[in-house]
Amino acid sequence: MSDTFNEGITCEFLDDCDIVWDRPDSLLDTRLHYCPGCGHSVVHRLLMEVVDELGIRDRTIGIAPVGCSVFAYNYLNIDMQQAAHGRATAVATGIKRVRPDRIVFTYQGDGDLAAIGTGETIHTVNRGENIVIIFINNGIYGMTGGQMAPTTLPGVKTSTTTSGRDVSIHGHPLKIAEMLALLPGAYYVTRTSVISANHVRKTKKALLKAFKYQMEGKGGVSFVEVVSNCPAGWKMTPVDSNKWLETNVFDNFPLGDIKLPVKD
Amino acid sequence: MSQKHLMKGNEALAEAAIRAGMKGYFGYPITPQSELLEYLSVHLNNRGGSFVQAESEIAAINMVYGAAGIGERAMTSTSSPGFSLMQECISYIACAELPCLLVNIVRGGPGLGTIQPSQGDYFQAVKGGGHGDYKLIVLAPNSVQEMADFVYLGFDLADKYRNPVLILSDGALGQMMEAVKFPDYDIEAHKVDKSEWATTGNATGTHKVITSLYIKTEKMEEVNLKLQAKYREIQEKEVRYETVETEDADLVIVAFGLSARVAHKAVDICREQGMKVGLLRPKTLFPFPKDQIKSLAEQVDQMLVVEMNAGQMLEDVQLNVSGKIPVEFYGRMGGLIPTPDEIVNKIKSMYEQYNPMEVTHV
Amino acid sequence: MNEEIIIAGFGGQGVLSMGMTLAYSGMVEDKEVVWMPSYGPEMRGGTANCTVILSDKKVSSPIINQFDTAIILNQPSMDKFESAVKPGGVLMYETNNIINQPTRTDISIFSIPANMESVKLQNKKIMNMVMLGAFLSARHVIPLKSIIEALKKVLPERHHHLIPLNEQALTRGMELHKVAANSEGRS
Ligand SMILES: Cc1ncc(C[n+]2csc(CCOP(=O)(O)OP(=O)(O)O)c2C)c(N)n1
Repeated sequence: MSDTFNEGITCEFLDDCDIVWDRPDSLLDTRLHYCPGCGHSVVHRLLMEVVDELGIRDRTIGIAPVGCSVFAYNYLNIDMQQAAHGRATAVATGIKRVRPDRIVFTYQGDGDLAAIGTGETIHTVNRGENIVIIFINNGIYGMTGGQMAPTTLPGVKTSTTTSGRDVSIHGHPLKIAEMLALLPGAYYVTRTSVISANHVRKTKKALLKAFKYQMEGKGGVSFVEVVSNCPAGWKMTPVDSNKWLETNVFDNFPLGDIKLPVKD
Repeated sequence: MSQKHLMKGNEALAEAAIRAGMKGYFGYPITPQSELLEYLSVHLNNRGGSFVQAESEIAAINMVYGAAGIGERAMTSTSSPGFSLMQECISYIACAELPCLLVNIVRGGPGLGTIQPSQGDYFQAVKGGGHGDYKLIVLAPNSVQEMADFVYLGFDLADKYRNPVLILSDGALGQMMEAVKFPDYDIEAHKVDKSEWATTGNATGTHKVITSLYIKTEKMEEVNLKLQAKYREIQEKEVRYETVETEDADLVIVAFGLSARVAHKAVDICREQGMKVGLLRPKTLFPFPKDQIKSLAEQVDQMLVVEMNAGQMLEDVQLNVSGKIPVEFYGRMGGLIPTPDEIVNKIKSMYEQYNPMEVTHV
Repeated sequence: MNEEIIIAGFGGQGVLSMGMTLAYSGMVEDKEVVWMPSYGPEMRGGTANCTVILSDKKVSSPIINQFDTAIILNQPSMDKFESAVKPGGVLMYETNNIINQPTRTDISIFSIPANMESVKLQNKKIMNMVMLGAFLSARHVIPLKSIIEALKKVLPERHHHLIPLNEQALTRGMELHKVAANSEGRS
């Protein structure tokens, strides 16, 4: 256990205790810039747990495009490339095609993956690139201050839908995971959340599966959508934002596997 | 040196890229560069590289970003409208200092324009194109042989300076056939060590990050200053040009690429007719042969810039001549190419109108 | 030697491949060569032309507006390029495809019935080789054997059995030029 991480904690019994919870090695020991209660932090941690458990830090490359998580490289102690808004999966394709022996993942928001980068998303999946896509669906543009995202629910107020999203003007929430699952290049598509310990565990399992599929060289993209929150953008407390997810969002974005690998 | 091949410029460029150890090619069809894409689709995958037909030029250039970022030689090629689409990522690449090769087989614009050859993208190539203060190293071939040679040079310069290199050619050079010889090129001998920055995985405990994002203004300025220092070094060390009969010339044409070929013929015709005309051909558009222009401005009476555009390099020539002598321009646009006769006629009229009394040498 | 040639006609008449064969043969002869096509969306039936330059010296401009020889395969090309032949140069055209005869008197003009000949040879695609043969006889810049050598490179392997037919067409073209030259009192 790192000393700095335990700063301030004094416990006489600590030496006698088994360590049951720790910061994963690959998660850098720095303060995250994410707002309190934001799902990004949890998913970052899970990701690094997976990288450590699989022992793939020396060959994993992550791509964080523009969005709140563009700074992911400040926290993840793996090699990373920052990408232009929407283009993460194209960058991942470039890496994977010239170095198929590397483990490559993208980490994208909904504006990035399902608005400005829709073309890249669909075509990367359609080519069946052997990569992992992690999709943080928080229903809003977090980084630019809370504008409507393609996944914003009908009626929800954002800074560009001040009287609520009107589908006759703004269209409907885009269920891109379901769309992608239709493509032969999609190998594994699932939707999870991180609102409770149980859900966190499920997300971790999904991530583990996705990376393993890539390592086994299975044919296609493994796509993990995490339906997440944005307490600051939604103007809610973290607890309320998680309740909102349960009461409103999961109806529109149901959790669970959308496409499972065909058993061979 | 190997044997001679009769090849189209586009094909020669593609073949040279494979021989230069290109590992990733990412492109999108557009006339008049499609032969490049087609050639590589046949040959790259079975000669050690990876070919991807991307869904757009935006995707293609971002694939180059990824492949270059992991330290492999990567390239994309396109023609004018496609090059415009790539600009955002090119700016990212320049800031993140990723070595890669870009090819623009220019066609006439603006807009969808024409598929015929043009040099209308000079400004875009040498003055930025995308956002922010950055520069590409810009090479301007004028023959099928140079379409091949500049690929090796381009990859080498890109690796040396960690800077994107652009080959700025045009539809005619891409489509025409000439004999070309591919030099013996030892890929291993030209490899540079990229282990310090290429994101191949964190094997040492310290991770590597490729980014162009610097939220702190002081840091962003620091990055800019470093880039500017690099560009100054490139300006000092990498200027390349060719001169034809400039020694005793009293009138010099400045032209690049295909225009310089036509201008060369005009020089020959003028010389036969007793006019002392010479030619300066920049092979690098950035870095621009500023000093050569400056010293020619001391020597000759007049200059003529010939381009397939409305007068773009003209501005760089004028800047360096700084009003010392008259600088005239002859250009065609919209996909048309000046003919030798047109240039000779322009030169004759310049001699007729030239009045030394009006010019004050300073 | 510096020979600047324009070959012009419809797409599908073998304009570009005739030029390519000529350029290849120039390379066989260790000459400097340029082949510059007109390119565009035009396909079969549209106009097509290419410039070929063969030279002992490095070729300066691939873009030229005056030609030593024009090989013309349709009327629009005749209208466009008759005036572009240098004084003293050669204009040869395919007899059947030209309605309005050329009128210049300062150049050598040959009418070559290459279409008819290709019909006799039972392969209409060979018309361009008949014209090329006529060119060889008129200009003497490339020997026949180098053209044959070039054909081996230009034609894909699976078409190599057609080389004897091509050679026959080339030879017939050379003869047709001589006939045309005699009837017009020139060679
Ligand atoms: C080409 C371009 N357009 C717009 C932006 C501005 N921009 C930065 S982040 C962002 C939205 C990101 O939203 P999302 O992908 O949902 O991620 P989040 O911030 O919510 O995590 C936008 C529009 C940009 N950086 N680049």
